[in-house]
Amino acid sequence: MTHRREKRTNRLLTALLLVLALVFLLPVILVVLNSFKSRLYISAAPFALPDTETFVGWENYLNGLRSAGFAAAFGRSVFITVGSVLLLVVGCSMTSWYLARAKGWFPKVLYLLFVFSMIVPFQMVMYTLTYVVGQVGLDTVVGILPVYLGFGSGLTVFILSGFVRSIPHELEEAAMMDGAGPLQCFFRVIFPVMRPTAVTVSILNAMWIWNDYLLPYLILGTDQKTVPVAIQIAMQGAYGSTDYGGLMAMLVLAIIPIIAFYLVGQKYIISGVVAGAVKG
Amino acid sequence: MYKRFYRWFPVFVLPTLAAFTVAFLIPFGMGVWLSFHRFTTIRNTHFVGLENYVRAFSDDGFVRALTFSAAFTVVSLVTVNVLAFALALALTRRMRGVNLFRGVFFMPNLIGGIVLGYVFSLLVNGLLGFWGVDITYAATYGFWGLVALNTWQLTGYMMVIYIAGLQNVPVSLTEAAAIDGAGFLSTLFHVKLPLVAPSVTICTFLTLTNSLKMFDQNLALTAGAPERQTQGLALDIYNTFYGRIGWQGVGQAKAVLFFLLVAVIASLQLGLTRSREVDA
Repeated sequence: MTHRREKRTNRLLTALLLVLALVFLLPVILVVLNSFKSRLYISAAPFALPDTETFVGWENYLNGLRSAGFAAAFGRSVFITVGSVLLLVVGCSMTSWYLARAKGWFPKVLYLLFVFSMIVPFQMVMYTLTYVVGQVGLDTVVGILPVYLGFGSGLTVFILSGFVRSIPHELEEAAMMDGAGPLQCFFRVIFPVMRPTAVTVSILNAMWIWNDYLLPYLILGTDQKTVPVAIQIAMQGAYGSTDYGGLMAMLVLAIIPIIAFYLVGQKYIISGVVAGAVKG
Repeated sequence: MYKRFYRWFPVFVLPTLAAFTVAFLIPFGMGVWLSFHRFTTIRNTHFVGLENYVRAFSDDGFVRALTFSAAFTVVSLVTVNVLAFALALALTRRMRGVNLFRGVFFMPNLIGGIVLGYVFSLLVNGLLGFWGVDITYAATYGFWGLVALNTWQLTGYMMVIYIAGLQNVPVSLTEAAAIDGAGFLSTLFHVKLPLVAPSVTICTFLTLTNSLKMFDQNLALTAGAPERQTQGLALDIYNTFYGRIGWQGVGQAKAVLFFLLVAVIASLQLGLTRSREVDA
């Protein structure tokens, strides 16, 4: 009796969820469809499926890649995301271990400063950050990596030191007794234990750095575009006319790596969201 | 044993701390200092006391942005969390396709930022096109468009946190409630909700701060149109800095006020919902 009722509820729920899932997917499906249509038909009839008259094959993708320097922007975004994430994960896990283990007021104050930086909106430091970064010569594609290290360290140190505190002291004390120096001890003993959390935190960072628009726009400008900057420029349109076909193709190309990334690292992404949450 | 360890501060902490100082500490301090000055460049400043703050509050645009952000945040709090919790309830049941649904609802959050804004605008402007208008036609369109976009993006993220919370509710408690004759609603309100209160705390916190700080989506979907009526605080501050000559000081004062607002609301909210948490 109750079993049958449960089955009916499940069927009803599934139907409801299917409709909602379709609504969630619709905007993305629409962009994919329109990326194969001639630019003239995109804003005029966005819901029409491509037909023999409007279908242009890969033309938009070729135009999008060629015209706006999108391929270069793509490479730059990959470089910045990967480089920053590596710096963040190595730098911050070392820092987190030190801060979680060292005694005294200074490490404590440092830790609090890192945590404090998480709630400060970017607009608070936007103008002065651009100035300071220019002064010290970090306004290049390579120079932006340490900027991301600094700006992302709040969240990263916060999550990682939370984890370090759950590692028993005995583990590293045993290693030190055996004569391992701090560096050896860290990379041979501590870092392997931290790895799942380190992967999680890397994914969280990769997601926001890949999508970040304002920081690269202000620091690198429009000559050295990243993907979000390229898309914003393409949208504003050169000489007042936007190539919607190329734009649709760029949007699809910007989304593909994220989806691929998600499919590979789904488990870690989900645990990353939860890890970021429970420690909050 | 840890004595040796302290000497390694330069290796473990200094690189991260240096980046953090350049990317956050110095810009933050300078930002506070500059908010009391009139300036066009950072090398040419003139102390004006609280004048920038007075001008910020007498600027209609700022007051309008403040109301816009406040209303947007309150509405988003409800839409995002109600939908996310309902989805989490449905997707913690035993039924087929649960993981697929979770993935689909989480997806918009991965895309994020400016790209998500443009993906969404194709759909919204396509729909509004049937009535011959677009999202910039009226401020109410922009407001609800942004609420829908924000809900689309944040719901999946919060859903993941609620799912983790619900999975921690001991089955013995819900079974005991069922034996005592509790129906769906009373189990929900008297057993499940009190036990997932920590998830509620963190989800309201994240929705609150994210909605207040929204920038990329605002820029992509409406860019403030019509006539700066759909401009949140972050976008208004950005435009004050880079769109109005001689207003940089006011922009920085607005940014400090923005930071204070986020900090105060976030800590008030944490205190308020924390007090409702119970243990299982």
